[in-house]
Amino acid sequence: MSAPTKRIVKELTEITQNPPAGCKVRLPDESNIYNWEILMDGPADSVYAGGHFKIALTLPHDYPFKPPSINFRTKIYHPNITNDDKGAMCLGMLRPDQWKPPNKLMAVIVLIQNLLSKPEPDDAVEQGIADAMKNRRAEFEKTAREWTGRYAGR
Amino acid sequence: MDSDMNSISSEDDFLDQDSDLSLEQGDADSDFDGDEDGDMMGFESQDKIMKPGRKAYEVEFKVYSPKDIQAYQSKQVTEVSSILGQPPEATAILLRYARWNKERLIESYMDKQEEVLEAAGLSENEGNTSKIKKVKGFSCDICCEDDEDLDTFAMKCGHRYCVDCYKHYLSQKIKDEGEAARIKCPGDDCNRVVDSKSLDLLVSTDLQDSRYQELLTRTYVDDKDNLKWCPAPNCVFAVDCSVKARDLERIVPTVHCNCGHGFCFGCTLNDHQPAPCSLVKRWLKKCEDDSETANWISANTKECPRCNSTIEKNGGCNHMTCRKCRHEFCWMCMGVWSEHGTSWYNCNRFEEKSGSEARDAQAKSRQSLERYLHYYNRYANHEQSAKLDRDIYQKTERKMMSLQTTSGMSWIEVQFLEAASKALQECRQTLKWTYAFAFYLARNNQTMIFEDNQKDLEMAVENLSEMFEKPVDALSDLKVEMMDKTSYCTKRRVILLTDTAENLKAGKGNLLEASEMLELERNSYPWDE
Repeated sequence: MSAPTKRIVKELTEITQNPPAGCKVRLPDESNIYNWEILMDGPADSVYAGGHFKIALTLPHDYPFKPPSINFRTKIYHPNITNDDKGAMCLGMLRPDQWKPPNKLMAVIVLIQNLLSKPEPDDAVEQGIADAMKNRRAEFEKTAREWTGRYAGR
Repeated sequence: MDSDMNSISSEDDFLDQDSDLSLEQGDADSDFDGDEDGDMMGFESQDKIMKPGRKAYEVEFKVYSPKDIQAYQSKQVTEVSSILGQPPEATAILLRYARWNKERLIESYMDKQEEVLEAAGLSENEGNTSKIKKVKGFSCDICCEDDEDLDTFAMKCGHRYCVDCYKHYLSQKIKDEGEAARIKCPGDDCNRVVDSKSLDLLVSTDLQDSRYQELLTRTYVDDKDNLKWCPAPNCVFAVDCSVKARDLERIVPTVHCNCGHGFCFGCTLNDHQPAPCSLVKRWLKKCEDDSETANWISANTKECPRCNSTIEKNGGCNHMTCRKCRHEFCWMCMGVWSEHGTSWYNCNRFEEKSGSEARDAQAKSRQSLERYLHYYNRYANHEQSAKLDRDIYQKTERKMMSLQTTSGMSWIEVQFLEAASKALQECRQTLKWTYAFAFYLARNNQTMIFEDNQKDLEMAVENLSEMFEKPVDALSDLKVEMMDKTSYCTKRRVILLTDTAENLKAGKGNLLEASEMLELERNSYPWDE
């Protein structure tokens, strides 16, 4: 078993056996351990509560020396997630210059959960949504809840 | 001003004569320091930069090869290493952390050693030494391998990983991410910088020799304000020049790399004397935005004599009706259409009063636009001609060959052609920028002198350029005349550049105020008025 495979399998086993609360992880294709799918419940204390978000986690071939990439497959109204067909998220440890090889995917999943609970409008990829969050809080929350109901329902 | 030169030489001693590097262009007698001086740097400093014996528009500079730069870095590391009492590997990291400002580093290190070491990524942690060893019960946190005889490595910070992962991490940083000077320990949240001793242990000498050293040198040049890479493609040299950003309004620091490329040290664009960097930037932006449009408007439109709307003629008929104000007028004479009587489609009424008044108004509204186009078209023409000159330069060599065979002249005797074409290129480059420069000049006596200089140079250049197009067999008879004209061109260029540089430097420039420039740039369009 090659070195990265050993690590990935270990991480996958740990996460599937003991997943973080409100998360399910699976491989859409059992023969490809580089593509993971995460089903994440919107945190109860957030505007995304009640939503179920499908997230693709893709490992680069150079993993763990390069960070995984995160793509929301479920549309979401969030300042740190691109509002396009990619639904990309790239901040904190997910940035190539901040990623360190010992970082674990468990930590990545926790990072995503935290970001759903507490978006970071000062490090936004969607400036319009960040502005709404900072200056028109009620409007932001309303839209986020609406989108959650419309796109992230069961 | 020089009083702060003490035993610890300033970072600028790259330029000092006691630096024992052999340097290409080094006249080795410059002694300006004062990188950290405040606003005291007034005219005096510029006088220092303008070295005596050099022309007013020339600045002092030196060209360094990557080897020179590497050698100089090592020299500095050794020097500082003995002052700080740190090993050379750590000193190199400290110097890079301090962006090679020796004085500031030494001062802050003496002041608060712990903080500096921490911030530079060198904080001490007793008990560990950087070497490769096997550790019982070890499992690598990166690859999850836990073989008994796995080789492992950690720096003083104690973040231990297997040697394979450590190596992979480092070479990926160097090869893929182009990092060198500030690679951090792979440990989660650890800011310790990987030192050169650790790199020696882990990274193949191949990669170190080529990429790693190159990247270190790159960082060094990027870190220093007085060094810039020559922007020519594939050129490996760096140029050292002490002209500061704040001097750029008064000095146009053209430097010449060993590869032959002449560029501005201020903005790294191609040589743009006599125009200062800020004007060049303005001008290029304006031209990029406007020149096509402006030319088209000038050629294809006129303004309605009543409401000043810009109108494009869309058919053959001279009877125009303004879409906006319904004014009817004649395209040819700009007069009121009704006065044309029955002589429609055959305007011969140039002397009519209404027509001439309308044309005056038209001319006025076009003034700014035409002013801009005047300068732009001459600027663009010299640029185009310079391109053609480059073609000529390539043909020159062939001409020289054939001259040698047809006229029996020796190689050295035909060098006048190369000199002539070089002079042509230089002069055109200068002329081109004189037009951008002139666009931003106020009208006064100095401007007239400038324009006289410009005209003289332009005439000399066109004369020489014309001779260049003579058939090859005629060239040998023209040798003396061509040499005269070449040196005349060069002389005119020196005069123009010297005059302009002196005025600019003395702040006696006749440049417009910034607000006036803005207005000029904006008002080039009739519809804005």
